[in-house]
Amino acid sequence: MTTPTTNSPTVNAAEDLETDGPAWIGSALQPVLAILAALVLGGLLIAATDERVMKAASYFFSRPSDTLSAGWSAASAAYQAMFYGAVFNPNGNSFARQIYPFTETLTVATPLILAGLGVAVAFRAGLFNIGAQGQILMGATLAAYVGFTWSMPLPLHLLLVVLAGAIGGGVWGGVVGLLKARTGAHEVILTIMLNYIAVNLLAYLLTRPSFLREGSTNPISPPVAESAQFPLLLGAPFRLHWGFVLAVAATVFVWWLLNRSTTGFELRAVGSNPRAAKTAGINVTKGFVIVMILAGALAGLAGVAQISGTEGSLSAGVAASFGFDAITVALLGRSTPLGTFLAGVLYGGFRAGAVTMQTMTGTNVDIVLVVQSLIVLFIALPPLFTAARGRRSRRDKSKTTRSAGAVKEAQA
Amino acid sequence: MSTATQTHDIEPATPQSEGTDRVDPAALPSTARRAPLGFAVLALVSFVVFALGAPDGSVTFRISGDGDLFRIPDVVVPGLLTEWLITALLVVLTVYAFLRVRTGRLTPSWAVLVFGLLFVAGFLVWVVGAAETPSVSLTGLLAGGVALSVPLVFGSLGGLMCERSGVVNIAIEGQLLFGAFAAAVAGSLSGSAWVGLLAAMIGAALVSLVLAVFSITYRVNQVIVGVVLNVLVSGLTGFLFATLLESDSGRFNSPPRLPSYAIPFLSDLPLVGRILFDQSIVGYFMWLAVPIVWFAVYRTRWGLRTRAIGEHPKAADTLGINVNRMRFLNVLLGGLIAGIGGSFYTLVSVTSFTRDMTSGAGYIALAALIFGRWNPVGAFLAALLFGFASNLQSVLSFLGTPMPSQFLAMLPYIITILAVAGLVGTTRGPAASGQPYVKE
Repeated sequence: MTTPTTNSPTVNAAEDLETDGPAWIGSALQPVLAILAALVLGGLLIAATDERVMKAASYFFSRPSDTLSAGWSAASAAYQAMFYGAVFNPNGNSFARQIYPFTETLTVATPLILAGLGVAVAFRAGLFNIGAQGQILMGATLAAYVGFTWSMPLPLHLLLVVLAGAIGGGVWGGVVGLLKARTGAHEVILTIMLNYIAVNLLAYLLTRPSFLREGSTNPISPPVAESAQFPLLLGAPFRLHWGFVLAVAATVFVWWLLNRSTTGFELRAVGSNPRAAKTAGINVTKGFVIVMILAGALAGLAGVAQISGTEGSLSAGVAASFGFDAITVALLGRSTPLGTFLAGVLYGGFRAGAVTMQTMTGTNVDIVLVVQSLIVLFIALPPLFTAARGRRSRRDKSKTTRSAGAVKEAQA
Repeated sequence: MSTATQTHDIEPATPQSEGTDRVDPAALPSTARRAPLGFAVLALVSFVVFALGAPDGSVTFRISGDGDLFRIPDVVVPGLLTEWLITALLVVLTVYAFLRVRTGRLTPSWAVLVFGLLFVAGFLVWVVGAAETPSVSLTGLLAGGVALSVPLVFGSLGGLMCERSGVVNIAIEGQLLFGAFAAAVAGSLSGSAWVGLLAAMIGAALVSLVLAVFSITYRVNQVIVGVVLNVLVSGLTGFLFATLLESDSGRFNSPPRLPSYAIPFLSDLPLVGRILFDQSIVGYFMWLAVPIVWFAVYRTRWGLRTRAIGEHPKAADTLGINVNRMRFLNVLLGGLIAGIGGSFYTLVSVTSFTRDMTSGAGYIALAALIFGRWNPVGAFLAALLFGFASNLQSVLSFLGTPMPSQFLAMLPYIITILAVAGLVGTTRGPAASGQPYVKE
């Protein structure tokens, strides 16, 4: 890294990873601490709202141990159920049933990884892509349209669906890059607005005859053709599909792009210091367009993973909240491809496990949102940051954080 | 950008007036040149859609209701003639704006306002004219729109407090939602709607507190904290709703309603009576809050300092203002204001909390803040427009108009994109917004 690292701990801390040894340990320890702290707080929340705990708390001062043990059992039961649902289920009667949860985790992680990569790539170029949700929706829309209207043999059809998804998301992201480059409009505002436009556009399309399933009054599209679906990766009982391989490939591609290609170097230079990049002859505005197309295309692939993988048809809820989760995934992954991949798997595990948790212990799935957002907050929290990284961070602190505002200045 | 260099020489001729008093001349020219372009596009839309597709018959706008003191006759306009007239006026305004820019002057605010009103009128005539029954109650349309815009106005005013002092507030959505939640729970537990209102303000201020601690004290990126806070509040309220509120809704989720007052006599006036003088207490607060915030921001020492730390914190610091302390207090104050808006959901509109019940209103409030150019009155007008649009959406679905409701729902977002892209007037936020301040 020749460019000076900024100390925005969440966005650009990733770059420190490549500089020296001790920092690597620190930056690996920090997410672990953040995850632990968030899980502990989530556990406290589960315990505090548990009925038995509340009953025991009514006589807390006569027998405090009852409250504590009830709280411990409530929280640990919930997390155990989550583990059973996300990683390994020892109660399964066959090995296949036992590892089924982990394949579910990977299935759910697939769109998270892809969309997370989209957010991460933009972060690295200094852009806040809050618009992954809209990009997923548009990617899914175009992919689904190609999937259920055209008919052709398997590899070709699936390839076209994947391409359509990337184009749909890429266009939706590219608009942002173009508007930012041409008019200086802030990408955060643009992407937020485009998210809602995408939601409404999809809602409108799902009222049109060309998008509606025949004989259905619900806003849902026809199922995509068999030839437009990802084949299953492990066979029948497992839902894991080839979309996961796509996510792995995308991770490798983004790694190569960011760390081994000229374009990637330029994008990172723009993200680290747009003025210096401009002085060095890098076309900053062109960089914005390219990176937003790329980010949108990656999110669009997440839409494809939903359409051709888990969902099979287009509906208003096809993107769930993956686009917003993707932001937390990219932040937890420190905007590096590998980090994003791992964070995607972790959050996929949370989501997959939460379903089991709700059926087994009755703990509401929204606890996952709480834990997820707490993790990101804790990662950004400097006291934790300092504890994990020692003297390094103190040295960084003297510099000011340069946010996206700096990027805007650079164009003038 | 080539435009920037071209327009640089005409910069001294640019008058700094007409509601854009804070616009930095260097940032003006490129966006000022685009404003007439936006006019031209909208005039073209008016020509192609409204004029060429004008309704053949006449369109009726009812004004007086049954209980009014006296009747104002219904406004009946001939569709075709009105649309052509409006389009012609829009073209005139566009030409005017182009001429202004050619001589290096800004498009005045009144032209933007008149243009906007004419365009909305043209749209209304066109859309109501296409309905099965081309008749609509204008009073109902406006009153419903004003009611829907109440939380948006408070949300934008809360956001304004933060952004004017240099802290980006993406967490308006979270503040509204947590305010609504706190109002429902505290109102139910205490049995008093006023306690609920207070709790809404404190609840939203708690969200502000987290935003302030992270973004000001620890200088974490403000956008990140805002986005994450929205997720956190959504998850937390959703979890507590499922765990506590649903299982014991009598105890936790049945707050009393805040009182509504119809001012005698005044509320019976046609048109303005229902819009201004027959509202919930929060609605009256809104009419008070806008002038108060405007006065505070533009006419008090506190307001001057707030704007100073939002524009140039270093300069403010050298004059002895404690930038971060002031930002911290502003963000908290913004939370208190946004909380009032949150209480609208659970103490006025309905009297129970449901999961994610604000459904993106916080982002519309953010859009209103931006479209209103970070000015309290502007944000208020923008919020009214957006509230009006969402009310129109439900009214039109009754009328059976061919205009899909989803496109109306998109309107605030599209307008905001056009605004930040400089196609409808100049939009520029506080210069230091989003940048943490570090004393050197």
